[in-house]
Amino acid sequence: MNAPAIRELSYAQAIQEALAQAMDADPRVFLMGEDIGVYGGAFQVTGDLVHRYGEDRVMDTPIAELGAAGVAVGAALAGCRPVFEFQFSDFSALALEQIVNQAAKIRFMLGGKVSVPLVMRFPAGSGTGAAAQHSQSLEAWLAHVPGLKVIQPSTPYDIKGMLLAAIDDPDPVMVFEHKLLYKMKGDVPAEPYRVPIGKAIVRRAGTGISIVATSIMVHRALEAAEILSGEGIDAEVIDLRTLRPIDTATIIASVKKTGRLACVYEGVKTLGMGAEISAMIAESEAFDYLDAPILRLGGAEAPIPYNPVLEKASVPQTEVIVARVRDLLQGRI
Amino acid sequence: MNVQARREADPTNQRPFYRQFQPEALQDALRRMYLIRRFEEGAEDSYMRGLIHGTMHLSIGQEASAVGSCMHLRKTDYITSTHRGHGHCIAKGADPKLMFAEFFGKEEGYCRGRGGSMHIADVESGNLGANGIVAGGIPIAVGAALAIKKQKRDDVAVSFFGDGASNEGAFHEALNMASIWKLPVVFVCENNKYGMSVSTERSMAVEHVADRAAGYRMPGVIVDGNRIEDVSEAVMEATARARAGEGPSLIECKTYRIRGHSKSDRNRYRSKEEIEEWAAKDPIRHFELELIARGILDEAQVDTIRAAAEQEIAEAIDFAREGTDPTPDEVTRDVYTVDLA
Repeated sequence: MNAPAIRELSYAQAIQEALAQAMDADPRVFLMGEDIGVYGGAFQVTGDLVHRYGEDRVMDTPIAELGAAGVAVGAALAGCRPVFEFQFSDFSALALEQIVNQAAKIRFMLGGKVSVPLVMRFPAGSGTGAAAQHSQSLEAWLAHVPGLKVIQPSTPYDIKGMLLAAIDDPDPVMVFEHKLLYKMKGDVPAEPYRVPIGKAIVRRAGTGISIVATSIMVHRALEAAEILSGEGIDAEVIDLRTLRPIDTATIIASVKKTGRLACVYEGVKTLGMGAEISAMIAESEAFDYLDAPILRLGGAEAPIPYNPVLEKASVPQTEVIVARVRDLLQGRI
Repeated sequence: MNVQARREADPTNQRPFYRQFQPEALQDALRRMYLIRRFEEGAEDSYMRGLIHGTMHLSIGQEASAVGSCMHLRKTDYITSTHRGHGHCIAKGADPKLMFAEFFGKEEGYCRGRGGSMHIADVESGNLGANGIVAGGIPIAVGAALAIKKQKRDDVAVSFFGDGASNEGAFHEALNMASIWKLPVVFVCENNKYGMSVSTERSMAVEHVADRAAGYRMPGVIVDGNRIEDVSEAVMEATARARAGEGPSLIECKTYRIRGHSKSDRNRYRSKEEIEEWAAKDPIRHFELELIARGILDEAQVDTIRAAAEQEIAEAIDFAREGTDPTPDEVTRDVYTVDLA
């Protein structure tokens, strides 16, 4: 037997492959969203799937995020497995009612008698010059809602495996995909596989500081760690991968080892991922191991600006991570 | 209309409603209307006696639209309901014992006491749930109808909602999608004239909710919501159309809620005269008189049905009072299908 094929795919291609394999495996799975049919999706994620699976399984919806999200919830309740694409994560604000009041709570409100097997995909993040209403990172909003699971896969390998795990999941899973990752390439096995939801992964082992990062910030943190290693700073980089439920054990173990913690994320800094991880460490046995203040590097307290200089300045960049971690290690924070 | 006048109005019992349903089904419809009325009176009484907390939204006066709509439904058909949803639950076949247990917050309730009055559901009988969000259930019903179509079943989804919901964006988005995709869904609007305190005259640019159907190219039918036969005949046509793959319909039942919006209502926005005028059009009394006039029931049989409903509700309340309270350590139970801890 041949060894399983591993090819290089882009993050977007990996998503498309996961969607196709999920539809091949389970007739209940279908896709819905705006312009995901012949247009192929605003980011060409669904591509030509409509030609392979037909309009019944790759459904273009009207521009009606609230109603369409509700249709997805109802279909999930009645035996389907919808995978819903928001064209931009920002547009999910129009559909929060169905996500937050309905999808997240129906199982609980109904005493556990039903599940809502719904996957929603959110193209998110800045860096494309699309300005304030097409660039946000709103994952912390949804991670605040019990009943939802929220994932932020950072590599082509992870997005395929985590999306397939999300489609298997009996509960609503919100998948945040940074738009700058869509073209990133990486090794992806051809056969279907699952990457578990709720498990962080150490991307780079180190002893000097634990950097917990999400989505595109994982890559910037890894670049920063390489630069810092040249200065004798040995950073451990943890890819959180799932915002709810958070894998606290991996972070606690890392901080106990390194004695320092930095959180790097694109969402607005205040009340975001960094606040949660910092507080979790402060509440844990790792608190006694801390040798320095905790560093949070998040998005600016501002909407995402259009001007490219300002846009770049509004979210953590590699050089900022390097400088701030260096400051922390050198006792300047 | 007295009995004699009724006989003259429909001397040969030609109305489809009375021809379509056997006497047993008509008697059962009356029984369900009484169950709804007594359920809500029992809920009100239990609240006054401090047995249940929270609030409640009563549909007293609107029983005909709930029962008339659900008479055509099978167990595999779906409904979505509203905050004013006790009637829809009972009409779709829910057990008042388990409903009261839910109202009392007990483990024996439909939702193990986690949902309460505004979230009573009975998924096994096709009731996808009441809903605390105005218009929240409308797109969900359309989604259930989409699932029906994908699964090639000939079931339907019926979405109940009020006049207020027809001002929500979700209503308009949902009707549009149901129509472009020709889904088997029936939108049943119970227009009781007020969205909480604001009248339809003050909140709607058109006179009738049914007028809005034209914007989505589906039939929009207005019926007297206090007459079960009028409701039922319109829903019969709409469900037949839906099952035949011809798409959705909107039915507007003109009705009235005799009680206030909820427990906080001091009736500052409507007159006593208006309430009394509608109370005189009681849908249960109307149906009783019709059944008697048509010789389907006599007064003694009506009394028996009413007494049986009262008895069933009294027993349901006793059942609920003796139910089990959930324990505090179970607060996060059923948030996820597989407990995250």
